[in-house]
Amino acid sequence: MASDKSHKAVLQASEGGTSGGEYSSASQHAGHGAAPRGMMRWLLTTNHKDIGTLYLIFSLTMLFIGGIMALVIRTELFQPGLQMVQPEFFNQMTTMHGLIMVFGAIMPAFTGLANWMIPLQIGAPDMALPRLNNFSFWLLPVAFLLLLSTLLMEGGGPNFGWTFYAPLSTTYAPPSTSFFIFSLHIAGISSILGAINIIATILNLRAPGMRMMDMPLFVWTWLITAFLLIAVMPVLAGAITMMLFDINFGTSYFNAAGGGDPVLFQHLFWFFGHPEVYIMILPAFGIVSAIVPTFSRKRLFGYASMVYATGSIAIMSFLVWAHHMFAVGLPLVAELFFMYTTMLIAVPTGVKVFNWIATMFRGSISFEPPMLFAIAFIVQFTIGGFSGLMLAIAPADFQYHDTYFVVAHFHYVLVPGALFAILAGVYYWLPKWTGFYPHEGLSKWHFWLSVVGVNLTFFPMHFSGLAGMPRRIPDYALQFADFNMLSSLGAFLFGFSQLLFLVVIIKCARGGVRAPACAWEGAVDLEWSVPSPAPLHTFEVPPQTRDGQIVRP
Amino acid sequence: MSSGSYYVPAHSAWPILGVLAVGSMMVGTGIWMVHGSAAWLSGIGLLAVMLVMAGWFRDVIHESMSGLYDDQMDRSFRWGMGWFIFSELMFFAAFFGALFYVRTFALPWLDGEGAKGVTALLWPDFTASWPLMNPPDASISGPKEVLSPWQLPLANTLLLVSSSITLTVAHEGLKMGYRRTARNWLAGTVGLGVCFLTLQGIEYYEAWHHLGLTLQAGVYGGTFFLLTGFHGLHVTIGTLILAVMLVRVIRGHFSTEHHFAFEAAAWYWHFVDAVWIGLFLFVYVF
Amino acid sequence: MTIFWICVIIGVVVFGIMGYSMIRHRKSRGAIPATFHENTRIEILWTIIPLVILFVMAVPATATLKDMYDASESALDIKVTGHQWRWQYEYLGENVAFTSSLATPREQINNTSEKGEHYLLEVDNPLVLPINRKVRFLTTSADVIHSWWVPDFGVKKDAIPGFINEAWTRIDTPGTYRGQCAELCGKDHGFMPVVVQALPEAEFDEWLVARKAEAEASLSDAGRDWGLEELMEKGEKTYATICAACHQPNGQGMPPAFPSLVGSAIVTGDMQAHIDIVINGKAGTPMAAFADVLSPVELAAVITYERNAWGNDTGELVQPAVIKEQLSQ
Repeated sequence: MASDKSHKAVLQASEGGTSGGEYSSASQHAGHGAAPRGMMRWLLTTNHKDIGTLYLIFSLTMLFIGGIMALVIRTELFQPGLQMVQPEFFNQMTTMHGLIMVFGAIMPAFTGLANWMIPLQIGAPDMALPRLNNFSFWLLPVAFLLLLSTLLMEGGGPNFGWTFYAPLSTTYAPPSTSFFIFSLHIAGISSILGAINIIATILNLRAPGMRMMDMPLFVWTWLITAFLLIAVMPVLAGAITMMLFDINFGTSYFNAAGGGDPVLFQHLFWFFGHPEVYIMILPAFGIVSAIVPTFSRKRLFGYASMVYATGSIAIMSFLVWAHHMFAVGLPLVAELFFMYTTMLIAVPTGVKVFNWIATMFRGSISFEPPMLFAIAFIVQFTIGGFSGLMLAIAPADFQYHDTYFVVAHFHYVLVPGALFAILAGVYYWLPKWTGFYPHEGLSKWHFWLSVVGVNLTFFPMHFSGLAGMPRRIPDYALQFADFNMLSSLGAFLFGFSQLLFLVVIIKCARGGVRAPACAWEGAVDLEWSVPSPAPLHTFEVPPQTRDGQIVRP
Repeated sequence: MSSGSYYVPAHSAWPILGVLAVGSMMVGTGIWMVHGSAAWLSGIGLLAVMLVMAGWFRDVIHESMSGLYDDQMDRSFRWGMGWFIFSELMFFAAFFGALFYVRTFALPWLDGEGAKGVTALLWPDFTASWPLMNPPDASISGPKEVLSPWQLPLANTLLLVSSSITLTVAHEGLKMGYRRTARNWLAGTVGLGVCFLTLQGIEYYEAWHHLGLTLQAGVYGGTFFLLTGFHGLHVTIGTLILAVMLVRVIRGHFSTEHHFAFEAAAWYWHFVDAVWIGLFLFVYVF
Repeated sequence: MTIFWICVIIGVVVFGIMGYSMIRHRKSRGAIPATFHENTRIEILWTIIPLVILFVMAVPATATLKDMYDASESALDIKVTGHQWRWQYEYLGENVAFTSSLATPREQINNTSEKGEHYLLEVDNPLVLPINRKVRFLTTSADVIHSWWVPDFGVKKDAIPGFINEAWTRIDTPGTYRGQCAELCGKDHGFMPVVVQALPEAEFDEWLVARKAEAEASLSDAGRDWGLEELMEKGEKTYATICAACHQPNGQGMPPAFPSLVGSAIVTGDMQAHIDIVINGKAGTPMAAFADVLSPVELAAVITYERNAWGNDTGELVQPAVIKEQLSQ
């Protein structure tokens, strides 16, 4: 089906530029009939690389939409007083920003990377269930169109924070809330089916000879992430279904007058929400664990302990949820239990950081853009980890809870953390996707501007939080003014430097320095054995591997 | 491990049609809930979802019967179905979790017991009980009476448990190549499923119209209807799936070795059955 | 803050090693990569050491937490009720209760006048507490979840509708303490500060006695016959602090969540329906019950005001005595 010529067209459509037609393999692909072109190709595709690209483009779009909302927030907070938006709209912005970044930007970005790279890293011809894969992706645009449309509805969109605590999100919510619930249902179905697909792929489609303990860590972390997704997305679905019934059919799940409890919602939400936090960080660990050894030209230190650490973080993530709720008045025993388990999670997380540093130690390090982002990830994620440890101590948390200290903490984990790892991954794998290296100078500018911007945005938030500034407020007392001004300046710097990222990607898709199959000197995983750009179909005949390396193609 | 014959479908319109179907079903239901109109959109969406599934599975069946699938594909389906059932299990876990939370923590606290017993200051007249007949606030009226577990629910338990047995007999028949046995016992299973749903319908009518047990009847009503309701929905889906399997058995789609569709349906049915046991114990009996 | 310094030390050591590698082991300096990739002894070591550090942190944290949870043997019980968007304080057993709303003028928020020193952290009626006595707070809410937070007391407890949480403090120094609502509670979450006035014990006792007398006087005041004008005057004030946040100063509201009162069927129609909705609220909507929040005089005044302001000109008034009687039923 994929003749040289059609394959060329395919590549041009996907990357908008020069093709790597010379690498396309004569395919014994099982499809019949001509491949659809233009828009139809993307709508009907079952190809993991196409779908991965779709996920990544979708995620980037959402990143910019959510980013604009962040800038609205930061503009309002530039100075005390109400200048640009009213509190009602401000609340919609904080809520939508959170929802879009979590469910629309970070999660789909990781799923996109998984789609592209897992089959390449385990030597599989595609995802295990390719049609289901397409279904999972296309649910997302529908979900987010619906979510965004709530902003235009009477009474406005969701305004109760991305954690949507009842009864603010039930009895006191705008009418659009039911649509918000359905959009989350759709996004949830997408995540669950996507995760099922990833698990089936990893467990069933590894190339002959590849044992579980030979898999790259990105694959391992995604396997565990997928398990978390399947375990907790349904719980979120259950919680929002209860909301739906409380709102529309008068049930009393979260209403004490009928015998329910508003705090029950928080238990359900965080039983989902804490594993969700790890869903957004474990694949980042995987990416960094691929990049650090490559650019240190040295094997990953403590592979096995990395796997065990990831597994224990995942298991423990089910036992720590109520540390988000230290101020709701949990019984003392529960408060102590969740404090101890939360502190314990620091141990496997620490092991990971130590392993990365031990990998760098006595390596031969070079600082290409992926490595820069990965190193920044390690440092900044660790800062987020430290503030997390401070938050874990319940008596201290009474002071930090729901202040900007928490905002600083989770943004450090998610932006200079997860997002930087995604950026690192994109820079790392762009040569594999397009056949060209990303422009080095621009990439480094992007990196340095991002690092300065992101830290200028979020570091001062630690101080505004410690000084007593609550989160989710559109206006603040005068003593917080200086820190907020700094944060806003940083946010604009960080936001606008992402335009540079867009430029780098477009340039890279169009041309540049050609990349060989193995684009980075120290890279060893299977994806570097196929040509750059990777042809549409790879590993149709699975390669024989030993210790994670191809022994017979 | 792959042998090189893993089937990768080229392209398909079913997923995107499915997305449109799911989208219109959800949006339609939303409009109906918020504005009380456009129920037709929801209905069309539901119909479209069923049509898409029929078409999609038709393709899969066709590919399967043309011998395009190997053992590895079979394993993909097994993993897929297994994890899907696990996700369903977690969905029910949320509702069971809510039930246990309310009974163990919320109600005793409202009644002045346990760690947050000081709450009773707000509800001086409230006494906790399960089933909750008198919710804390007088503006919400509890059920007049609840269902006895030893009548319809017990009958339903017997129906579902025996349906799991008849299904297993049908499966054994299929494995041994006795198609007629498989057909008859499977038909019996579908029949038991229909009986269960009928009894459940009667029970709902009774509860809603005669016992004052409604969704609005405090937290007991909510937990009762959502748990049994979502279970009933799953029984409905399961019965439909088994009915399709019955047609496929009659048409001779299954061999003694290769009949994963049948097995998947059976897994699903046993899962629904197991959930019922939990419901019977914790919603009706205790 | 000890934990903070522990984190700093760990950070310096870890990033120090990392920085050392980044400088010494760079390819551009011709570094040759080593081949080691595991070392069981060091891996066990860096699992055990953090565990020990965490254990050392957990011990004092546990003791502090137990102490914070022990709210028994208090000298004074304050019931703190969160409302959208103000706090209500009841001195349990003393028959003293009042609400406390933001006092910062609208003009400062809208940047049309200079912001004061305590911008957004000032209220009309601060909570008054004695020093040197154990004060127990019973926090709850009338609508959504709020969180009552005064940083200097180390008290932050969510106010959950339908449930009560306990917390306690003992203030050492007289003075004014400020805090804010710490849980997103809707539109004006950023505009419901907490202000506590801590008085020496004797002064506090005097204040409480005076406050009790005031409450009794206001109750008997409700018995007399009120004129339209004085009700309107009082009603305008009450409306501005209590109702205007949702229904807006001009009565136009913000539909659909907060309906307009101008020409509204309830406000211009049957008086009893109007009284009912103000006293009991409306279930399933943000409209709260004000029976426990406002005094009979305030209730009568605000109802009268609504029926006569913004062109509603019904000319009708309701006497505080009527409200008082309905409340006692």
